[in-house]
Amino acid sequence: MAEKSKVAFYWCASCGGCEEAMVDLAEDILQVVEKAEFVLWPVAMDFKREDVENLKDEEILVTFINGAVRTSEQEEMVRLLRKKSKILIAFGACAYTGGVPGLANCYSREEILNFYYKSGDTVFNPEDKKPTPHFIEGNFAFEIPEFYGRVYAVDQVVDVDYYIPGCAPTRKVVKNAIDALFSSQLPQKGSILGASSKSLCNECPLNETKPEKIYVKKFKRVDKTQPEPDKCLLIQGYPCLGPVTRGGCEALCVKANYPCTGCFGPLDDVKDYGAKAVSFLASIIDSNDEKEIEKIIDEGLSNPLAIVYRYSLPKSLIFDTKIKKNGG
Amino acid sequence: MNNNNNKFEPKILGIFCNWCTYLAADLAGVSRMDYPANIRIVRTMCSGRVDPQFIFWGFKNGADGILIGGCHPGDCHYIEGNYKTLRRYLLLKRVLKEIGINEKRLRLEWISASEGEKLQRVVREFTEEIRSLGPITEDRAFKLNLIEHKK
Repeated sequence: MAEKSKVAFYWCASCGGCEEAMVDLAEDILQVVEKAEFVLWPVAMDFKREDVENLKDEEILVTFINGAVRTSEQEEMVRLLRKKSKILIAFGACAYTGGVPGLANCYSREEILNFYYKSGDTVFNPEDKKPTPHFIEGNFAFEIPEFYGRVYAVDQVVDVDYYIPGCAPTRKVVKNAIDALFSSQLPQKGSILGASSKSLCNECPLNETKPEKIYVKKFKRVDKTQPEPDKCLLIQGYPCLGPVTRGGCEALCVKANYPCTGCFGPLDDVKDYGAKAVSFLASIIDSNDEKEIEKIIDEGLSNPLAIVYRYSLPKSLIFDTKIKKNGG
Repeated sequence: MNNNNNKFEPKILGIFCNWCTYLAADLAGVSRMDYPANIRIVRTMCSGRVDPQFIFWGFKNGADGILIGGCHPGDCHYIEGNYKTLRRYLLLKRVLKEIGINEKRLRLEWISASEGEKLQRVVREFTEEIRSLGPITEDRAFKLNLIEHKK
């Protein structure tokens, strides 16, 4: 058999769910291992940064990066892996559009550090210590990565070849994506691997119960009321983002009676997922009266940013800028 | 940006519907009513065509304020396009506020084809309001994410 292709799997600001998604491949991972040799996978194997540095440029065939970029170390690693890899893939919602950590872009670095090291209810920090990139304790000088003022999606830091969406990507999506990668014909650069190009509603089992027009008088929340099974969640008043979200997950959440929150990101040609979600959610409100519309929004969608931008704030049009090299 | 002699001249984007507000601007023009030249007008067939993406795109690209103009409720050429605008506008304002952009920078007005004077008044008022708010880069979202994102 020919020499195995080198593969790296790295995590940045993420929860670890994407690593889990890789392990979830179960016996399918054997196919991957057959064709690939891992050169970096911090969560599962013991490789060091030096091991990557010692590789030749573009020696790694594919690097999967999950998680958003939030610290200087993550930025360095992403840049290093970009240099050493032929193909770099943003794996999962955080790497693709910023993900849940991206919601922190609404707060300044000082506010975040203050909350977690000072004012938070469960914080006990009498010496008022805060992480600083360089500090000296006794005879030792320490260096820790710098905490950036905002969160970046991976393609705001380096060039990304393909994206695998999902929080976390489902087993089927990962498998489709890997099959596409090891096939003889690579997809076009910048494409979304493994997922569908149609909206989630298209594959949703409740789609049959969806009427042509949807009107909602009152938005409901799943933590307050129980949705009826087997009936489109939108007509019941739950803000399900299926119509504006890329399909491919086989409506996992909807099957579990939970409205889609949009982790697969925007459909083709949509530049700003949240804006599209605003457009869609607002247009199904069943009222023409300003006061009544305001009431419906304020009661049912009291935290609209977290609903429409749950996974994509850093990639929203306003925030979508590339990282400035070597300090802002 | 916009900083001649320390006097801030706001850039305002007007997105007007073809059947009412755009005609009002035409009327204001032929009637020689003057209004601030800060506004740059784009015509859409209906205010319902205004995708929230346009608004974000405008703010990102330097608009200090955005004025959407549509037909009065009940007068929409396409029957209910302006109601959709109203709903989107109300939700969008809340999202803008949370993102950290002063929601006063976005304004929706119903101006019919015969209301040249209203157009003049609204544009004047809005320009003054935006002038007092200052450049959009002063807003929290821009400071946090585009200016001071890395120290």
